[in-house]
Amino acid sequence: MDFKTSIRIAFSGLKSKKTRTFLTMLGIIIGVASVIIIISVGAGAQSLILNQVRGFGTDLIAIFPGASEEKGPPPSVFGTVNTSLKNEDIDALLDERNAPHVLAVTYYVQGTGTMAWRNNQLDGTFVATTASYVDVHERRVAIGRFFNEDEEKNMARVAVLGHNVKKELFEELDPLGQTIKIKKQQFKVIGIMPELGVQGFQNQDNLVLIPITTGQKLLLGIDHVSLARVKIDSNENVDRAIEDIGAILRDRHNLRAGEFDDFSIRAQTQSMEIFSSITNSLTYFLAAIAAISLLVGGIGIMNIMLINITERTREIGLCKAIGAKNKNILNQFLFETIALTLSGGILGVFVGVFFSWLVSFVARYMGFDWDFIISILAIGLSCSIAILVGLVFGIYPAYKASKLNPIEALQYE
Amino acid sequence: MAEKPLIKLINICKEYANEEVVTKVLFDINLELQKGEFVAIMGPSGSGKSTLMHIMGFLEKPTSGEYYYKGKKISDLTEDELAGIRNQEVGFIFQAFNLLQRTSVYDNVRLPLVYSDKNIGDEAVEKAIKSVGLYHRKDNLSNQLSGGEKQRVAIARSLVNQPEIIFADEPTGNLDSKSGKQIMEILQSLNEEGKTIVLVTHEKYTAEHARRIIKIIDGKIVDDFKVKHQLLAKNENDLTK
Ligand SMILES: Nc1ncnc2c1ncn2[C@@H]1O[C@H](COP(=O)(O)OP(=O)(O)OP(=O)(O)O)[C@@H](O)[C@H]1O
Ligand SMILES: [Mg+2]
Repeated sequence: MDFKTSIRIAFSGLKSKKTRTFLTMLGIIIGVASVIIIISVGAGAQSLILNQVRGFGTDLIAIFPGASEEKGPPPSVFGTVNTSLKNEDIDALLDERNAPHVLAVTYYVQGTGTMAWRNNQLDGTFVATTASYVDVHERRVAIGRFFNEDEEKNMARVAVLGHNVKKELFEELDPLGQTIKIKKQQFKVIGIMPELGVQGFQNQDNLVLIPITTGQKLLLGIDHVSLARVKIDSNENVDRAIEDIGAILRDRHNLRAGEFDDFSIRAQTQSMEIFSSITNSLTYFLAAIAAISLLVGGIGIMNIMLINITERTREIGLCKAIGAKNKNILNQFLFETIALTLSGGILGVFVGVFFSWLVSFVARYMGFDWDFIISILAIGLSCSIAILVGLVFGIYPAYKASKLNPIEALQYE
Repeated sequence: MAEKPLIKLINICKEYANEEVVTKVLFDINLELQKGEFVAIMGPSGSGKSTLMHIMGFLEKPTSGEYYYKGKKISDLTEDELAGIRNQEVGFIFQAFNLLQRTSVYDNVRLPLVYSDKNIGDEAVEKAIKSVGLYHRKDNLSNQLSGGEKQRVAIARSLVNQPEIIFADEPTGNLDSKSGKQIMEILQSLNEEGKTIVLVTHEKYTAEHARRIIKIIDGKIVDDFKVKHQLLAKNENDLTK
């Protein structure tokens, strides 16, 4: 029996029972669509995270207080406060002899409080940082100026407003030279940042930047930093720079050989790898669960094929009477099952791609930096699984049909 | 030239065994059929006519006895080889038509070609449909046909592979007398062309359209004789027109 005829017979069998065929395929459609959606959304979410990290620049090295596992997250992620890093520790990294690849450093503490100007007020976040902040992050103020090193060292009460904070407090008025209150303390507005959006998981437009010492002493009453960033001359020197920084900090903290670091150093590229591996394993885990629904769909298909065969017993008897060999009947029903699962798979791909696109569309509409990613692998994989399901669950009904006795089948009522 | 018989049955027995009872259906059937014969197997209901036809048509295996087809021993053949013979050398016409539902006349007639290794072109399908006078309905679906037309489609289907021998099990049983005569006329003209025809019927009148009648009662052949005055369906059809 030729291939083309098999396909034609298979599809005409399916066409004659449209509603049933569609309902049977639904299991496969949903299964394949979910696998594709999950993998695509996973990749989209990953792109979102990576774009965030990348937005900070890949030539940056982050230093956290407290020890951590080699590849694990820094301890601050778990909410522990560690005071081991001081301003002077980070300033000491600007050491051309012992750390030649370090170009600039900056460090921060962060807090929340009420910001007010006249009758306008909002609960916001302030970031106390160094004058070098703009150099390390390669940013420019939009209006006015950033604070300088003198102001940084001398607890100057000056503030640079994020785009949204300016809008909330001043609306269309000119804020330069005005005095605002942060946690009831007076600050003079000296600059406005441009619109930056979400970067490093924080909406930069909602922040107020103030000098580090002012934040530490006046607003928070502390003398440590919660995070530092180091800009290095080139990506290739990341490992070298991390070693240098480690050596300087160990020396300053008087750590002897054998004692663990009381700080953690992470390159941005390293954290990108960590994020990728976390999102990847999560995505594949979810996709595997979705693939189980394909198995359930397969059982539904086997059930329908058994019903089909019972209904078509006389037809099978006739075909055998006029010369169909067992393998012809077997092939025909196997083809039919595979046609069913494959059509379901292809429809599922369309449904899955559509919904993945919808998710990315909505995410982008909401302002996230979300890439629409469809992996060919996911499509190929789920279609192959659909065919496999057809083979596995089609073989038993097809075998049963092929073994029918022609006369008994012909006389079947 | 003394040809080998087309079909030779030696002491064929058939019994059906289920959990409790063994039903003996055929007892020591001995029979020879020559190429080109038109034989009617006649007998009352339940006498074993269909069973005998199924055995001769390679659809069932006898419980004991030997069946030689063109001198070949059938019990030596595999299931697939038997399917091959059914496809290539035999045409079946069943009492209950047995057409594919919701399938065109054309595709129904073409069905045996689907399982054929022979390279028979689709012209054979048209020729077979023409020979039963249904060419104008070749694109109709099987369920849009009358009983007589369905049976003619079944005949066309049995012809498409150019078989040696045609088995017809009560082909007129479900039809009115006019359609029945049309069927008999087609069978007779096929016989004229040289095809061997085995017709199963319980009606004496239908049987007399054949050239030879084999009577069976309770699974035994009780009579086997040549028909002296073969009824010709063609003439009867002329009269009814
Ligand atoms: N699969 C089977 N199992 C058991 N008994 C069977 C089976 N098939 C047929 N028989 C029995 O064999 C006997 C002969 O059956 P068969 O169909 O050959 O009769 P028939 O002469 O064709 O009758 P009819 O004219 O009614 O078609 C019947 O008594 C029937 O009950
Ligand atoms: Mg019968």
